Amino acid sequence: MWAFINKLRSPKWFYAIGARLQPFFWVAAAALILVGTVWGLAFAPADYQQGNSFRIIYVHVPAAFLAQSIFVSMAMCGLVYMVWKIKVADMAAAMMAPLGAAMTFVSLFSGAVWGVPTWGTWWMWDARLTSMLILLFLFLGVIALRGAFSSRDSASRAASVLAMVGVINIPIIKYSVDWWYTLHQPATFSITGRAAMPMEMWAPLLIMVLGFYSFFIALTLMRTRSEILRRESNKRWVRDLAGEKR
Amino acid sequence: MAGSETRLVAGEGRGVSRREPRSGLAVALWATLKRDLLLLMRRRSEVLNPLVFFALVITLFPIGISPDPQLLATIAPGLLWVAALLAALLSLDSLFRGDYDDGSLEQLLLTPQPLPMLALAKVTVHWLLTGLPLALMAPVLGIMLSLPAGSYLVLAFSLVLGTASLSLIGAIGAALTVGLSRGGVLLSLLVLPLYIPVLIFGAGAVQAGIVGDGAAAHLAILGALLALALMLAPWAIAASLRISING
Amino acid sequence: MTLSLQARKLACERDDRWLFEDLDLDIQAGEIVRIEGPNGSGKTTLLKILSGQLADYQGELYWNGAPMREARQAFLESLLYLGHAPGVKGALTPLENLTWYQALAGQRDNEAARLAALESVGLVGFEDVPAGQLSAGQQRRVALARLELTPRPLWVLDEPFTAIDRDGVAALEERLIVHARAGGCVLVTTHHELRNTDELRRVHLGRGGQSHGGF
Repeated sequence: MWAFINKLRSPKWFYAIGARLQPFFWVAAAALILVGTVWGLAFAPADYQQGNSFRIIYVHVPAAFLAQSIFVSMAMCGLVYMVWKIKVADMAAAMMAPLGAAMTFVSLFSGAVWGVPTWGTWWMWDARLTSMLILLFLFLGVIALRGAFSSRDSASRAASVLAMVGVINIPIIKYSVDWWYTLHQPATFSITGRAAMPMEMWAPLLIMVLGFYSFFIALTLMRTRSEILRRESNKRWVRDLAGEKR
Repeated sequence: MAGSETRLVAGEGRGVSRREPRSGLAVALWATLKRDLLLLMRRRSEVLNPLVFFALVITLFPIGISPDPQLLATIAPGLLWVAALLAALLSLDSLFRGDYDDGSLEQLLLTPQPLPMLALAKVTVHWLLTGLPLALMAPVLGIMLSLPAGSYLVLAFSLVLGTASLSLIGAIGAALTVGLSRGGVLLSLLVLPLYIPVLIFGAGAVQAGIVGDGAAAHLAILGALLALALMLAPWAIAASLRISING
Repeated sequence: MTLSLQARKLACERDDRWLFEDLDLDIQAGEIVRIEGPNGSGKTTLLKILSGQLADYQGELYWNGAPMREARQAFLESLLYLGHAPGVKGALTPLENLTWYQALAGQRDNEAARLAALESVGLVGFEDVPAGQLSAGQQRRVALARLELTPRPLWVLDEPFTAIDRDGVAALEERLIVHARAGGCVLVTTHHELRNTDELRRVHLGRGGQSHGGF
């Protein structure tokens, strides 16, 4: 455990290990998303109530899952950065935030598109959509706070604290929004209701979720590696690296 | 970082004889409370502005929507709560700003007393002079929105509990942005999403009060949220202040 | 009164720039240590680290032989820090300002001590004037009154001479020497040239030979 943490202290080590892991996750992401898309769109049966429009679930749900996981990972990176002062963790957190906001937006947008055939409107104050909207604001807050500081070290710490505060609040927000939604009892059903889904429907969904996660890991590795180069550009090993490739 | 330091300090008192053990903290807390109250009493406009803002926002709605008492009665719980929440938010930016600008915040961070407790004292003053007056004023504005009878007490009580949580959560945002020259708008962006649970249960309590059923459950949850905020927020505020002071 | 503040291999990196590296310091009772260096060499940052405000450094600090992380409470109880900003509330009178500082230091409410402290910095007659109406130099004097009000062995003063008139500068300098001779210890940054006394020691920050010359 300690040896691993000490290794993580070195951005150089992460840069090297990231280079080895990255291709694996890119291939996995491409394969899983391809299989999931073809299976979900062409072979999975249509929903008996919603027809073919339900197939948007194969984008909506993975994006929503991923967005929430990204916030949690961001907070975990923040904790690691604050406790062990591991800079790579902060770089990863900084790189995750825009991706998380983008994923939240994708899930909101796909939810809105889905709303048209289901509810006949682009927006409904559905419990899940509302929670996702709040999550989007949380992401934007973390990004804005990081951008507001002139000192990068302070920006990193502030963003870490906010991400941790946010992650404690996410379950509370989710629970209270669900409560709020059931109290007001709108006359519609939730788009991703808990109806039992046959295997032919959820198997491609699972594949898509895994594909999205692989994509996230691959992209974060890539972006963190380039961030390492940017921040460490005055370090010896980066200069050696640049000289080597020239 | 900051939290662990203060805890270390608390555990360290054993064995070593010290001149001012527990009483030192009480003296410092009391003095901080008194000082902040005195400061705000000297600048009364800072206390009055959120109240005037609250009344103004409530005035805007009947003008903007409709003076129809029935319509107003349906939306009154939410309106009152949203307006009170915004009014409380308005005053947050100045919570640590004055201390930051004149250097007293540095001094606060360097006292041998635990910073989370001192921060809690400052937040308490903020609540006493913002949240509490807002809660007391809300029933009057409720009359103007023809809020159904029977929910006035719930309204005031839910605001008493709720604004305390709002002050605590908001203080984290205020502490994070105090070192930034233009932190005001950013502060709202950080804090408002975190306010949503309090808003849901606060407005829900008033609505339940109108229906005549379930207000107690809502108030209990508001109390639980407050307890949680009381436990966690002081440490987050302290950590954020330490970050901001070195910005 | 014995005290010692030691730094071993102290280094501080802010935003990928090393402000200083490999700094060894031994500060003993009876010393006035003046931190010198060009603008941006990290004087204020060093003072913030040495006064326990900034935990973001590499190397070790020892207070009376114990690592700072363990001795923090005892350290803070021996420290008096005055920063760039005086820490004086404009809406409060000097007397009220000192009341808060007295309580923060864990002392009992004692108006006689506050009045005596204000007298020592030449603010007789201004005790009940809101500090906002005082001049910058007078406000600085209110802050300096804490040196008398809450006696602490270690003083860390960041530019304490700012805005003070010539008589006040001489008196403060004399006060620093008296404090050091009495077994206290002063860490100070200042643009004011301090008199060379036995107590005075200089620590120079700055990047190698670049520190000399103009801009």
